[in-house]
Amino acid sequence: MTAFPQPFSSIAAPLMRDNVDTDTIIPSREMRSTGRDGLADGLFAPWRYVEADAREENPEFVLNQPPYRDAKLLLTGANFGCGSSREHAVWALAEWGIRTIIAESFAPIFRNNCVRNFILPITLRRPLVEDLAGAEVAIDLCDQTISCARTSYPFEIDAEAKQMLLHGLDAINLTLKQSDAIHDWLAADRPSRPWVYLEHTQ
Amino acid sequence: MAQTLFDKIWNQHTVAVSDGGSALITIDRVFLHERTGAAALKRMAEMGRAVLDPARVFAVMDHIVDTRIGRGDDTLMPGGSGFITETRAACREAGIRLFDVNDRDQGIVHIISGEQGIVLPGLTLVAPDSHTCTQGAFGALAWGIGSSEAEHAMVTSTLRLERPKTMRVRFEGELSFGVTAKDMILTLIAQHGAGGGAGHVVEFAGEAVKALDMEARMTLCNMATEFSAMTGIIAPDAKTFEYVSGRPLAPADFDDPAWAELVSDAGASFDREITIDASQIAPMVSWGTSPEQAIAIDGKVPGGPARAHEYMDLPAGQTLEGIALDAAFIGSCTNSRISDLRRAASILHGQHIAPSIKKALVVPGSLAVKRQAETEGLDKVFEAAGFEWRMSGCSLCFYAGGEGFPEGSRTISSTNRNFEGRQGPGIRTHIASPETVAASAIAGAIADPRAYAKEKA
Repeated sequence: MTAFPQPFSSIAAPLMRDNVDTDTIIPSREMRSTGRDGLADGLFAPWRYVEADAREENPEFVLNQPPYRDAKLLLTGANFGCGSSREHAVWALAEWGIRTIIAESFAPIFRNNCVRNFILPITLRRPLVEDLAGAEVAIDLCDQTISCARTSYPFEIDAEAKQMLLHGLDAINLTLKQSDAIHDWLAADRPSRPWVYLEHTQ
Repeated sequence: MAQTLFDKIWNQHTVAVSDGGSALITIDRVFLHERTGAAALKRMAEMGRAVLDPARVFAVMDHIVDTRIGRGDDTLMPGGSGFITETRAACREAGIRLFDVNDRDQGIVHIISGEQGIVLPGLTLVAPDSHTCTQGAFGALAWGIGSSEAEHAMVTSTLRLERPKTMRVRFEGELSFGVTAKDMILTLIAQHGAGGGAGHVVEFAGEAVKALDMEARMTLCNMATEFSAMTGIIAPDAKTFEYVSGRPLAPADFDDPAWAELVSDAGASFDREITIDASQIAPMVSWGTSPEQAIAIDGKVPGGPARAHEYMDLPAGQTLEGIALDAAFIGSCTNSRISDLRRAASILHGQHIAPSIKKALVVPGSLAVKRQAETEGLDKVFEAAGFEWRMSGCSLCFYAGGEGFPEGSRTISSTNRNFEGRQGPGIRTHIASPETVAASAIAGAIADPRAYAKEKA
């Protein structure tokens, strides 16, 4: 996994449905090991294949259509990534090559999983999302702008997510720099909430 | 200044706030399962990282584990036993307490957490499972995360978070006969949308919530994630403290005055408020492929997305009651506790499922629930009615055990998700309360539980 690429440009593949859930992005039966790899083959399996077991492609599914087969940018509707917290949904998208998702809204766990894996989640009003369908879109994360030949929009992203994406920062390493503050907090908390701190029971 | 219950827990657990506004929040408990926890443990080992405080991390086998009687590590899911054996080895290595396949306290993560006293009022608890919000019923701030965040929580005992907004949903008035917490949460989602709670922590309050027992409160909070909320929470009261008292990992007493402060102060302000008249809620059944596509049992299918009508093979205007069914499922972290099983059994007592129902399962939420049900003879009631009686686990809520319903089945299910393919490829799922599942299994078609419950009364 690497930082979000800059400059970034891709054709925008429209999957304009609401409530696309993580069971559809990567069905449980496609998660065959405890690793993070080998998931792209099962990405959107219920929609991408006419017959999931035989892997026969459904020509109507957007990512099977010639202009979009190599798309790195997905457009979608409201509440994208709802359902199961499985990070495998993001790992599958990343392995397939998706680096940006522009949606009307995201499910919260999915959105956090995107940032942890350096996929940029952007929220835009629906008409603006629809307007980008099929366009070659450039994204400037530093300036927080989305642009295509016809138009350009600003987008919002919280400061920490932006830094993590831009620099490929590992959240655990970032937090470990604050270890002293965490240990001070724990030492002060222990006497006031002793029930929180359990004896080892394994 | 008046604070919400969420504010109090959040503020207490804040180590630092960054310039950008994100907070470093301490995490009191982490709970893993073999489906997504295994990935976090594997990554942690690969990175050479260790759990900061293993005594506050727990794991259970619930998602992939088989639920047939006599089970071991083998599952019907190809490769499933690998998740089980790897999780077991990784927990041993990391020093994490594991509730293993046939441990007497095994069960669905969100059910055994309460049974064991792992979740307590006022704690922060995370698990790489979206239904962790179930545990908000205890007045804990409990929410679902991804595997990377689980690794972060184990290694640092913290998470980095944007502060969510707050919402209060009040259910005022009294529930009618035959109406349950499941119908309350489906009503909220149907009225305000599957994205309606996005960005918020939702406190459930009001007369009808206070009247719920702890198990029903867990059902209510369970589906906060289907509302897209970060989590749900209910202020602890006498019922909560009575439930947690004496649990294996709970404190010896709740005498400390700090416990009583775990309520939203009078005058605390929420970013959003919703009020629902509980007396107007009817038994709810989903018709489509999102939990927001749910209606009162005596209603007609409204116009919705074409894809949902097509997948469910139900046109707008179709009456819900009487739609023929092939299968029935009682289980899941939503509705598999002893009170759920008692209510379903009271409808099934002396009855038999219709011949058209080809598969009917009852999967208790924990082995403790299973033992209690057997003590009460509920297993015999279910078996006499034509249901299979199982070991505990997530089971057919999501097809992860590799076991499916007959191809093309239309099922009625006490679970939380009616997504396309959730219960297996092409399976059409209607979600409802356990009593609606029981009544519908008898009828062989979607049926109003009130008619069946009244016959018994």
